[in-house]
Amino acid sequence: MNFDYSDDQKMLKDEARRFLAAKCDAKVVRGVLDQDDCAYDAALWRAVAAQGWLGTAIPENYGGLGLGHVELCALAEELGRACAPIPFASTVYFVAEALMLFGSEAQKAKWLPRIAAGEAIGAFATSERAGPVTQASLHTVATGGTLSGEKIPVTDGDVADLIVVLAKDGMYLVEKGAGVSAEVLRTLDPTRSAAKLVFDRAPVERLGGDDGIVAMQAVFDRAAVLLAFEQLGGADRCLEMAKDYALERFAFGRAIAGYQAIKHKLADIYVKNEIARSNAYYGAWALNSAAPELPLAAATARVAASEAFWFASKENIQTHGGIGFTWEADPQLYYRRSRQLSLVAGAPATWRERLVSQLEMRNAA
Amino acid sequence: MDFNDTPEEAGYRAAARAWLEKNVAGHKALPHADDMAAARSWQARKAAAGYAQITWPKEWGGGGGTPIQSVIFGQEEAKFPVQYGYFTIGLGMCVPTVMAFADDATKRRFVGPALRGEEIWSQLFSEPAGGSDVAAIRTRAVRDGDDWVVNGQKVWTSGAHYSDYGIVLVRTNVDVPKHKGLTMFWLDLRSPGIEIRPIHQMSGGSNFNEIYFTDVRIPDSQRLGAVDDGWKVALVTLMNERLAVGGGTGASPKEILALAKGLDAADGPLIADPAFRQRLADWYVQAEGLRNTRMRTITALSRGQTPGPESSIGKIIAANQLQDLGNAAVEAEGQYGIIADPALLPLKGLFQTAVMNAPGLRIAGGTDEILKNIIAERVLGLPGEIRVDKDAAFRDLPVGR
Repeated sequence: MNFDYSDDQKMLKDEARRFLAAKCDAKVVRGVLDQDDCAYDAALWRAVAAQGWLGTAIPENYGGLGLGHVELCALAEELGRACAPIPFASTVYFVAEALMLFGSEAQKAKWLPRIAAGEAIGAFATSERAGPVTQASLHTVATGGTLSGEKIPVTDGDVADLIVVLAKDGMYLVEKGAGVSAEVLRTLDPTRSAAKLVFDRAPVERLGGDDGIVAMQAVFDRAAVLLAFEQLGGADRCLEMAKDYALERFAFGRAIAGYQAIKHKLADIYVKNEIARSNAYYGAWALNSAAPELPLAAATARVAASEAFWFASKENIQTHGGIGFTWEADPQLYYRRSRQLSLVAGAPATWRERLVSQLEMRNAA
Repeated sequence: MDFNDTPEEAGYRAAARAWLEKNVAGHKALPHADDMAAARSWQARKAAAGYAQITWPKEWGGGGGTPIQSVIFGQEEAKFPVQYGYFTIGLGMCVPTVMAFADDATKRRFVGPALRGEEIWSQLFSEPAGGSDVAAIRTRAVRDGDDWVVNGQKVWTSGAHYSDYGIVLVRTNVDVPKHKGLTMFWLDLRSPGIEIRPIHQMSGGSNFNEIYFTDVRIPDSQRLGAVDDGWKVALVTLMNERLAVGGGTGASPKEILALAKGLDAADGPLIADPAFRQRLADWYVQAEGLRNTRMRTITALSRGQTPGPESSIGKIIAANQLQDLGNAAVEAEGQYGIIADPALLPLKGLFQTAVMNAPGLRIAGGTDEILKNIIAERVLGLPGEIRVDKDAAFRDLPVGR
């Protein structure tokens, strides 16, 4: 038993933190926030690709580094801490994982090396309307090698080279090009881009078997663990920001960090973050070892991390007082991101429901 | 990250399980008159096999093992009906303090009997005037020849009514600030002048006591640490307390599920109620989060690191969750929920009991508020509370209730 990163993994994580501190400060995040037509920071994307991070969990024979998923979790934590404005999650947690789970040899050989090299951005298109994605919510259909329908919202759909689309009868691979049009959406977190995608007889390839919802859920389970680490990194950063500010800000003759109301608030954030961390670690183990516990562990990690990041991001603004909700202060960056990450693979309520149904299944077995 | 046993751990687990299966069966066959006798006999068996205090050195009767082995044994032991609480405070807090500060003869006299469950220890710290403010102790000890004469009152001493010995923190100097005038002793709880009165709690239980000292004589040879330096000794005890108490996990997922399946809501079982399922998920997340947090603490221990005040989160979460979850269950029973007769209730009234015990659990071993201060100050490095009594002599402090 060992419930922590190994020394090598810690070293990787420390290097990633230093790298991102140099390449992805708040100015970089704001650069994307403040420009209406900017989907992501291209320089950071190239730098991250050059580090090999995109291929962390992709096997070496497909151009990746062939490390494990725990290493990818460590990087996810740091990307979340930096609020990195790049299509890393869409490309790596969703599309690369979908390809590794369900891709044919030819599909993997074609796409995984391009993903690992940073030459192909991915998007995972499932939602068509408000509410959870269920079989009844799907109207996209594939016939005769082409696909038609609408997906909204698709994170990174406007810049994706490869889109994994959930249709009524399964998942499909769609390349950017003929039959695919994108309309950029205004969203709660403009540092991460999203679009409405319209498919009009777009040429497609089948990815996996007949039950698309089951396949989507399998991808979501894997992404949920990785997203939980991004959320955890973001929540930790919020606690740090709140703490630093509270120590610097004086009111009524002393630092506000000395007031019990603020101390207990920050202690509450800390407690939620630690619960999220412990559950994320368990999820990382389940993901990395392909344990049968993965669906339950992923749901547990996701619910804990969503709650922690939401709480930390809103109480960080509260701790900052009036400056906290201005455009120029940084707490909003994490507040926005906490909403994006909590919803990108299904809302917390959906994951709570999944958690309980997994518990029931395990209990019945 | 690896949540599976290593080959060595798996071997230890298999040996522990085999030992438990053989010995619990034999243990159950013994004709025990009461719970305490069964507990003592089980403790003696564990001690003989090196399972009583697995992380203690062998020379002191321990198992000479690792924290992970201790956890493994605990996990396996929990599968049998042989979990007793009588020895936790003694072995977890008092005896380690004795081992750290007493002379060799004293250690040789007491460690073994405590380990084997022959003698039980209590911790005598809290007073009516000092709960969270532990150092506000008023029980006085005055030097008289080779003895100290003690007068005053202790309160909230768990299990003192069945304990043989205790460690007691008393005031030996009132002319210095409060932390600087305390001294620690060990004592025989049957010494003349000691009166132990059980406290009747709101839950109906009487696990705590108040202890009155009237001219109780404690020989100076029973002092632990230097005169007026008892706060340093107390910190060692309290650090061990955090380790022992901080491991709570609240209601287990098993109980949470049993709750949801065992109760009927308006339209079928409670487990089918979508709103209740949402809350159920949150409780499970917290229970699992605590379980895995404990595993992280043990990983740190096994790497030779000292677990810090982080473990304070265990008690904050566990006690609150037990209160919320217990209440949700009681409310789900509707009008029937007010009943407190175990014979009439689902799960033998487990959740009614939780509701009545939870207020005490949120206070014992440090209130939520104190634990949050600990996290804020010692983990996050925020400023300490303003302490107006810090530099004043104890005798000049204002006295309220």
